[in-house]
Amino acid sequence: MSTAAVTTPPRRQGKKSLTLWAGAILVGLHVVVGLLSLVWLPYDPNAFTGGRLEGASLLHWVGTDRLGRDLFTQLMIGSRIALFVGVGAVAIGAAIGVTLGLLAAFASKWLDDALAATLDILIAFPTLLIAMLVVAMSDTASLWSAVVALGIALSAIVARLTRILAKRVLVMDYITAARTSGSSWLKIVAIHILPNIWPTLSVNFALQFGLAVIAEASLSYLGLGAPPPNASWGRMLQEAQGTVFTAPLGAIAPGIALVSLAIGVNLLADGLRERIDPTRSTR
Amino acid sequence: MSLIRVDNVSFGYTAERRILDGVSLDIAPGDTIGLVGESGSGKTTLLRLLLGLTRPDSGSITFDGQQLDPTNRSFMRDFRKQAQVVFQDPYSSLDPRQNIGAIIAEPLRSLKVPGDHATMIGEALEAVGLTRDIVTRYPHQFSGGQRQRIAIARAIVAGPRLLLADEAVSALDLTTRIRIVDLLARVSKTMSLLFVSHDIGVVAALCRRIVILEQGRVVEQGETRAVLANPQHPYTQRLLASVPRLTIKKASS
Amino acid sequence: MSALLDIQNLTISAGDTTLVSNLSFTLAKGERLGLIGESGSGKSLTSLAATGLLPAGLSADGSVILDDQQVIGSKDSTINRLRGTAVAMVFQEPLTALDPLMRVGKQVAEPLARRARRDGRPLTGAALNQAVLALLDDVALPEPARLARAYPHELSGGQRQRIAIAMALACQPDLLIADEPTTALDVTTQAEILGLLDRLVRERNMALLFISHDLPVVANTVERVVVLRQGITVETGPVASVFANPRHDYTRSLLAAAQRLDHALEGKP
Repeated sequence: MSTAAVTTPPRRQGKKSLTLWAGAILVGLHVVVGLLSLVWLPYDPNAFTGGRLEGASLLHWVGTDRLGRDLFTQLMIGSRIALFVGVGAVAIGAAIGVTLGLLAAFASKWLDDALAATLDILIAFPTLLIAMLVVAMSDTASLWSAVVALGIALSAIVARLTRILAKRVLVMDYITAARTSGSSWLKIVAIHILPNIWPTLSVNFALQFGLAVIAEASLSYLGLGAPPPNASWGRMLQEAQGTVFTAPLGAIAPGIALVSLAIGVNLLADGLRERIDPTRSTR
Repeated sequence: MSLIRVDNVSFGYTAERRILDGVSLDIAPGDTIGLVGESGSGKTTLLRLLLGLTRPDSGSITFDGQQLDPTNRSFMRDFRKQAQVVFQDPYSSLDPRQNIGAIIAEPLRSLKVPGDHATMIGEALEAVGLTRDIVTRYPHQFSGGQRQRIAIARAIVAGPRLLLADEAVSALDLTTRIRIVDLLARVSKTMSLLFVSHDIGVVAALCRRIVILEQGRVVEQGETRAVLANPQHPYTQRLLASVPRLTIKKASS
Repeated sequence: MSALLDIQNLTISAGDTTLVSNLSFTLAKGERLGLIGESGSGKSLTSLAATGLLPAGLSADGSVILDDQQVIGSKDSTINRLRGTAVAMVFQEPLTALDPLMRVGKQVAEPLARRARRDGRPLTGAALNQAVLALLDDVALPEPARLARAYPHELSGGQRQRIAIAMALACQPDLLIADEPTTALDVTTQAEILGLLDRLVRERNMALLFISHDLPVVANTVERVVVLRQGITVETGPVASVFANPRHDYTRSLLAAAQRLDHALEGKP
């Protein structure tokens, strides 16, 4: 006798989620370390403060790299970079993707079909490949070029998702009610469409954040990411390649850092998804 | 002078025929009109035309003597203050992410209605039998019948002269249905009502005049009592014969 | 006459919440019973419990004996033998009850073939086609040969519901459970479908469990009623006496509401 409202209600109070908290703690750890790195570092990241390939000690908590630079300092900077790339890429992907998705949702059938087909083709390419192409097209390999490249690569999925979600909202009666209440289309997008598609999009953004961090590490590993002093975990991994058996800490440390952030972000996304319960809006 | 005049309006095509074919009707101030039709009758399309959401292919719709022109912004803004709508599905007509206050305030804000909005919202809520303090709550906290009341409050808050109801009680339970019908009867004392429905019983209880639509054409219209007592058109007769009646056999003792 | 469906003290709960409590009624072959209730009354859940189709997360207590087989607590494979032989269901929304990607003729053929197989007289090929067309004719579908090749979305709501009824009848059930079968239909189509159900149930001497919130429809379709409210049985009895002399306030309020509309149709104030 009734149809389930497709869009989601505001989240209910007081539901605790283990995944959400675990994810939040892991990510939070990196956020704290990254922010801290802006004001304090144990050593100068480029200074040769210790012997080469030292193990963990009281002076160098994770040891030193093959040139004698402190590894912990590099890890901290890596956190900052990873977060910057994650936030930046997702933000750029969101800005481009949501705009395109909304345009497609409102477009005439022909334009919409063309856009959807184009997006499908883009999505078929691996994110990393697109990012590499964009970086190659820009002359300099820099942190910003990596961020923009990843953002562009991520935008296709965001656009596709936005398009589908927005289209579902557009057939709801409350959109018609908004029109007969005199609201402009711009206002309808701002107060009705965006808030209702945001919960699902936010889960997607959380997942893409993890994707972006790993992708950036891959780019840096391949030498396409930010050059020093913007050391990222990817570059640390690349430099530690040769000595992975003699001084494993140099590879294990950035590896753990990368994995912990990626897992934390995925747990966060899962926790967020649990909080959004679309079936709750039915009688 | 009629509030709304629909003059020989036609619209759209399906494989066999037009969706609306030469439809004419008049809504006078203070009228309560029931538009009865089954699926494929075109009643939903007619409603959309009356709301200015699309334009007819031929014929005209005038409001207060003026052409209903969806592209004329200042006209539409005034029109929207005068004509509001209540939809069928209480679960999709309220934005789940807005609180009740924001939902009812939207027409006031978008149409730039002067006055103290908070007071107007409170009065609208009381008029539909709800209390003012629910403005901070969200739709999912309310039942189907309550949501319809909220939808009606949103429709009347700007003080329209015409209320359009699209199967406004069809999705409700029987007892709730009667309560909302009573509410609409109360509300329509101060405004005209066009009630679109497939349920003739509800139309009979609520509307003074009735218009019967079949496959895009008006086949009969007139005073509800007269049409029900003496249906002229075979489709009307068939419609009335199909409605199941509550056969109450008086208990013998 | 032994009961085909014997429900005693049925209680359905979801965790701590009780959705149906202590429901009891029996239904024998040829009898028609109506379950009346508004939303949240538990009437649909009862029909699901009768066929062992309660969704996960809901538990049932009490006794539901269908064709001499206890349903509650039995393994699904045991109950499955009853579905499609002893009992068949018709639902409210024909569009979702039919497979959108399969021609309707094929959808009717499946239960026909399955029933024939179980009876030990398998139907295939031309014989199966004939049986399908005969069934479509039985449910008063025009041009059965042409319609059998149609997809659900190409048919009207009334035609789809006739197909759903045909599929239910193909199982040759002893009990037909109809859950709001005409609520989603136009009023003229509703009258036709109700007439069809009436004729078929009489012809085949089936038991009918009719679930609805629409009092006039129930009044004209069944002999006995059970009135449910929030899972609790409020009143039961022959439909004529319950409707003429309701004892419970809730039944009275339901009838008052229905009478309002009825009187309006007759031109009474």
